[in-house]
Amino acid sequence: MDNSGSILLSLIIWIPFLGALILLFLHSDRRLKQVALGTTLVDFLVSLLLLVRWQPTGEMQFQEFFAWVPRFGINYHLGVDGISLFLVLLTTLLGPIVILFSWNNIRENLKAYLVLMLAQQAAMLGVFLALDLVLFFVFWEFTLIPMYFLIGRWGGRNRIYAALKFFLYTMAGSALMLVVIFLLYFRAGSFDWLELRQASLDPGLQTIAFLAFALAFAIKVPLFPFHTWLPDAHVQAPTAGSVILAGVLLKMGTYGYLRFCLPLFPDATHRFVPWIAGLAIIGIIYGALVALVQKDVKSLVAYSSIAHLGFVMLGVASLNQQGLSGAVLQSINHGLSTGALFLMVGMIYDRRHTRLLSEFGGLWKQIPVFSAFFVVVVMASVGLPGLNGFIGEFTILVGAFQANRLWAVLGTLGVILAAWYLLTAVRGMLHGPLDNPENQKLTDLSRREIWVLAPLVILFFLIGLFPNLFFDKINPSVDLLIRDVQGPALALLLP
Amino acid sequence: MLNYAWLILFFPAAGALINTFWGRRLGHRNAAIFANAAVLASFLMAVALFFGVRALPETAHRTFELPLWDWITIGDFRIEMALLIDPLSTVMALVVTGVGFIIHLYAATYMKLDDEHQPLDAARYARFFVYVNFFILMMLILVLGNNYIALYLGWEGVGLASYLLIGFWFHRPSAADAGKKAFIVNRVGDFGMGLAIMWLFFLFGKEAGSLAYHDIFAALEGASPAAISALTGVTLLLLLAATGKSAQIPLFVWLPDAMEGPTPVSALIHAATMVTAGVYMIARSHPLFQLAPGTMSAVAWIGALTALMAASIALVQTDLKRILAYSTISQLGYMFLAVGVGAYVAGIFHLVTHAFFKALLFLAAGSVMHALHGELNIDKMGGLKDKMPLTYRQFLVGAAALAGFPLLSGFWSKDEILFGAFQHSKLLYLVGLFTALLTAFYAFRAVFRAFHGRPRDEHLFDHAQEQPDGMVKPLWVLVVGSLLAGFLGLPQAFGAHINLMESWLEPVFEGVHVPEGSLGLVLALFVVSALVGLIGIYIAYARYVQNSGWAQSLQRSFAPLQPVLENKYWVDEIYLAVIVNPLRRLAHFFYGFGDQTIIDGIVNGVGRVTTTIGAGVARLQSGYLSFYALSLFIGAVAILAYFLLVG
Repeated sequence: MDNSGSILLSLIIWIPFLGALILLFLHSDRRLKQVALGTTLVDFLVSLLLLVRWQPTGEMQFQEFFAWVPRFGINYHLGVDGISLFLVLLTTLLGPIVILFSWNNIRENLKAYLVLMLAQQAAMLGVFLALDLVLFFVFWEFTLIPMYFLIGRWGGRNRIYAALKFFLYTMAGSALMLVVIFLLYFRAGSFDWLELRQASLDPGLQTIAFLAFALAFAIKVPLFPFHTWLPDAHVQAPTAGSVILAGVLLKMGTYGYLRFCLPLFPDATHRFVPWIAGLAIIGIIYGALVALVQKDVKSLVAYSSIAHLGFVMLGVASLNQQGLSGAVLQSINHGLSTGALFLMVGMIYDRRHTRLLSEFGGLWKQIPVFSAFFVVVVMASVGLPGLNGFIGEFTILVGAFQANRLWAVLGTLGVILAAWYLLTAVRGMLHGPLDNPENQKLTDLSRREIWVLAPLVILFFLIGLFPNLFFDKINPSVDLLIRDVQGPALALLLP
Repeated sequence: MLNYAWLILFFPAAGALINTFWGRRLGHRNAAIFANAAVLASFLMAVALFFGVRALPETAHRTFELPLWDWITIGDFRIEMALLIDPLSTVMALVVTGVGFIIHLYAATYMKLDDEHQPLDAARYARFFVYVNFFILMMLILVLGNNYIALYLGWEGVGLASYLLIGFWFHRPSAADAGKKAFIVNRVGDFGMGLAIMWLFFLFGKEAGSLAYHDIFAALEGASPAAISALTGVTLLLLLAATGKSAQIPLFVWLPDAMEGPTPVSALIHAATMVTAGVYMIARSHPLFQLAPGTMSAVAWIGALTALMAASIALVQTDLKRILAYSTISQLGYMFLAVGVGAYVAGIFHLVTHAFFKALLFLAAGSVMHALHGELNIDKMGGLKDKMPLTYRQFLVGAAALAGFPLLSGFWSKDEILFGAFQHSKLLYLVGLFTALLTAFYAFRAVFRAFHGRPRDEHLFDHAQEQPDGMVKPLWVLVVGSLLAGFLGLPQAFGAHINLMESWLEPVFEGVHVPEGSLGLVLALFVVSALVGLIGIYIAYARYVQNSGWAQSLQRSFAPLQPVLENKYWVDEIYLAVIVNPLRRLAHFFYGFGDQTIIDGIVNGVGRVTTTIGAGVARLQSGYLSFYALSLFIGAVAILAYFLLVG
């Protein structure tokens, strides 16, 4: 393959780390911000080379391999395929966006903040690109640390509780995963994803391994009932943290299912898939209903994440082309639209220092540009056809319908509820009389803020109208994934 | 020519984009010019398409498909963005762009003032035209798309336009609430649409890997009996969607509230075009509905009962626009009745005539509203015919067409529906006929109360005056349509090929046979409907102009019904009590008890225990790090244990 032997993936991971190191030696705030923004922009541009040199195949490409701890068979093995490609691009895109967003609103300890943001980005990219289980686990755990400090240091009033809850919840999940990673090594002889994928593991081991991985990922997604860390973490985190949490960190969970649970443990997958679908559907409806009664618009958005991620997991559980490709795309969509929602809530919070719906009303009159953006973002999140959310949601539901009709019916109920809670937010914030004097002093979006939002909004339309630009690259990998998952099940049907 | 059909979408899209980005700077005049020119260009394109379709050979069903791009492709799920140009879609496109253009013209003057009669600033004026241009674009996608996903795109797109326009005076809580309600109620319908599409794909689409109409309908032949019987479910879901968009029982509740939008919006979206989407969708999907006789009966009965219910509510409303709103629901009921009995051509015919006379009525009502500084209560009007003679004549023609006054447009189309119903079921016919009586009465009640008699509010009356030319003149086009559109669909019994509508739409509805009646039967039914319409008008005349004793006692005999009708059968209240409030209570329960008490109770409990243990294991470290260490420790022990015991 043409693009093997490239060091592109390493560059993508290590550029932010390098940037973080450079930041340590700088002092002026202005210079710090410039270098951080420059680093993330370079990283984004470098990651775009993936598209330029992409091979039309579903297999892993841009692979890099060298022995890291040869004694234990631990390797530095990277690779990217259609399932991880857009998650990588989403991560590198959100990098400069959140730094640009944070331009003026981090007042204390800017250096540490930016260093942590860059470290966070590097770690998440590592998670999506690692093909060695130990390497994956190292990156996976590492993502916790910057986020823990971002919440605990720059967060809201209840930040310590939220940070600890976030940390402990996810730790609890990954501890078991680590045990099982070693177990797999001892039983199958490898930490390498490509080799484990070929190995057929015995059903008992599959069950244990699946459950351990699934728990770790379920907490991360989060699936009901492992979700209560999320509203606290999202609400308490600084805006940039919420954007990264919702935009990327949660996707590590759905990605985990697609990358590890399904292809490595196919028998167990078939066994447990109804449970996953069930929890996903509960999440869709539960998350939406709880979002409906939130008074704080940020926690409304946080709960909407639970509902949206429920859709992604429903797609994963349908185990067919439409469901899985839809799930991959929808995790990107959620990152874009919920990311944009958090950004906009952050913009209003920076001005008014409150997020209570009851404090707002009639903003459309005062800040029309903000309002127009907000409605577009809400519509993307509602799943309006022509925008990105619809493509993901609908293809997932088409997949779910083929797997089990009832899943699709219940999932589609969530589509009604999404309109309800999101339009409640619009009604509360933008509509009604502009009668709060505080709101009459609000200023509209600055040029910088428009630059923050514009790329996301352009992507809403691009994905909504030309989703095949994305599916072209996602589908081949999903086909391979389906072959991995369906293999043993089909084999049972053979005489 | 047909290869350039995409231009019909391009113009309104361009108009909306121009006003989005430059509207504020363009100023009132230029913003209106761009928006109007966009719709006019689109209308001319629709005319060109009409002639293009006419030139197509009849053997190919006069159908032309223009692929634009591959939209969504995953495995066997392949959706194209493509236009379907055929007789049905061109009729719809002509109505949407034609009536749409007149309403744009009217709005250019009307929207210069806001809801409090103050000058509207350029930015919001331009925004209005962004929304209506966007609406035209989406409505055209809805009627011109060649597959169910494109239909869905247009379907929800017009819903968004409707939401934004109902809430255009968003500072009024009632307008803001009405917009939200419209969107959510329509989403309930869209739930049906979404599921129906998935089901259709599952049953008939997988083979061809498509959701295009022609592929789905082609797959009906040779489909398994199980698949055919499942069509009842599919079509019932489509019907749910249609009841949302077209404001039928049970989802009609949003339309009366939608009158909070500016009046041109009520005319365009909530009378002439968008709300007819359900009728169009059923007509377009007729191969499916024809195979589901149970659903067809449901469509017809929902239509008939909605027509009756809404007409009865219209009898007692005092808000001029709300009378027209209930009238619209009622007339849409007629269209459902038509397609439900298989009289698709009659349904589309009534859609066309209704577009003319209802748009006319709304716009004339808008002129009245402006003249009275926003007052819409007919109890405060009276005598306006001397102050606003032109508007009076326009409203009168609209009301007469609505009432089924002989030889006007509404007369012919409503009769064709009643004729279809008569062939199908005498009971449906009687419901339709009785509704026609109510219709004539409430239409002329509005005319007499608003324009005749003595002014009941002297102050309002003194300030009333005829509206500027920009609002009066465009309506004459609609007047002509309301007077003459009926001649597009004269009954077949009058002579071969005399029904232009029938001949034009024949390639679409080929294979659907509506029994033709003898000339005698047709004429007899004509006389009956003409009489019913005239009687209705006369009762209104006797009650509101002559104020004669018998008409008053007639009204008194219906007094017990008055509160039922004034409260609109309490449907809103029932939905609130049975659906909305229980869901909100459930949501509070989930949040308060489920999340905060149960789950977090467990989590915090576990957290406290582990922190204590952790502190015990490593006193010097803080809780979370010790927990990490502990986990790793437990992990290592577990692995060791596993290999000692198992390995």
